[in-house]
Amino acid sequence: MTATVIELDQEGPAAILRIEGDVTSASEPDLMAAYGLAAANGATAVILDFSKLEYMNSGGIGLLVTLLVRAQRGGGRLVATGLSEHYRQIFSLTRLDEAIEIHDDEPAAVAAASA
Amino acid sequence: MTQPKSGAPISRDSANWAGPVDRLSASGVAGARDDAVTGKRVTGPLQGFGQLWQKTFTVPLDGVVLTPQALIAIWKDRFSTFWPQGQRFYAPLSGIAPGEVALLEISPVPGAPVTLSTGVMVLYADDESFTFMTPEGHTLSAWITFSAERRGDVTVIQAQALERPSDPLDELAYMLGGNRMNNNFWRQTLENLARHVGVAEPVVDMQIVCIDRNRQWRHVRNLRNSASIRSARRTLTAPLRKLTGRG
Repeated sequence: MTATVIELDQEGPAAILRIEGDVTSASEPDLMAAYGLAAANGATAVILDFSKLEYMNSGGIGLLVTLLVRAQRGGGRLVATGLSEHYRQIFSLTRLDEAIEIHDDEPAAVAAASA
Repeated sequence: MTQPKSGAPISRDSANWAGPVDRLSASGVAGARDDAVTGKRVTGPLQGFGQLWQKTFTVPLDGVVLTPQALIAIWKDRFSTFWPQGQRFYAPLSGIAPGEVALLEISPVPGAPVTLSTGVMVLYADDESFTFMTPEGHTLSAWITFSAERRGDVTVIQAQALERPSDPLDELAYMLGGNRMNNNFWRQTLENLARHVGVAEPVVDMQIVCIDRNRQWRHVRNLRNSASIRSARRTLTAPLRKLTGRG
């Protein structure tokens, strides 16, 4: 297993969480902490950049659901970018794409998040 | 990730996930009605109506010398045998593997004449866990993951669900006792598995959290697929069908 590394970039009301490595249920503390920091800094939309994602199991997908609920509870939303074809299929299969907007690239995701 | 000659990287988890699916087919399952599942879409915790619950049931297997991988192999192979008595799980002929569909016959109230016919799809499976996703019509819009891991010197088994009652009737039933019955179902299942592998008096730790108290009214139309309504209608019309020879 490769550890989860999350880097936060903030651009006004939009924050980007750059996710690298594996996403499993063990990633919860790091992901929630990063999201909390983004929200505390005023982000109303959080972009999840999956371009360096190497592995995700069903625990990782479940984690995205709880993150989504947290975002919605605070009036925020989640946007995704950087998904490979494989992970786009997983988002579609799990119907996560009905709640998290997916964009082909970061500029499009930032534009959507800032709208 | 590995890098095949084609250039597109292959994720380590590629083989663990079900492939794309639009509508389910339960043709690979023998022994149960498949009309409650065939043709249905999968549905998860984002598509349900009721409040969202995260439930975690955990049992340490003290004194049991089995690796997590061996434990999961047993659980997959004999999954139906660990269910509480009276509840039926019809495994796919090729076993619990990504994309396979299983059928269920559940008695919501033990001894009552109504049996709920529904199913699940295997969303994900690896050596240490497997996850089911429910179809439209199931009382819960849910993912449930069964896993085993080493914690210190002990192998621990776990069932963790993210679930919403699918429609307003299911939500009402959940509030009126269904939630507690559901908890008992998984507690008993884990106890049965633990006893099977040699734990004399298993103790199940249950962490039950409502993580979203909002109801999703945009999904009230889930009622049209309700397996509960379908099953109740079948039960009530069974005498008439018998008289007319329509089985």
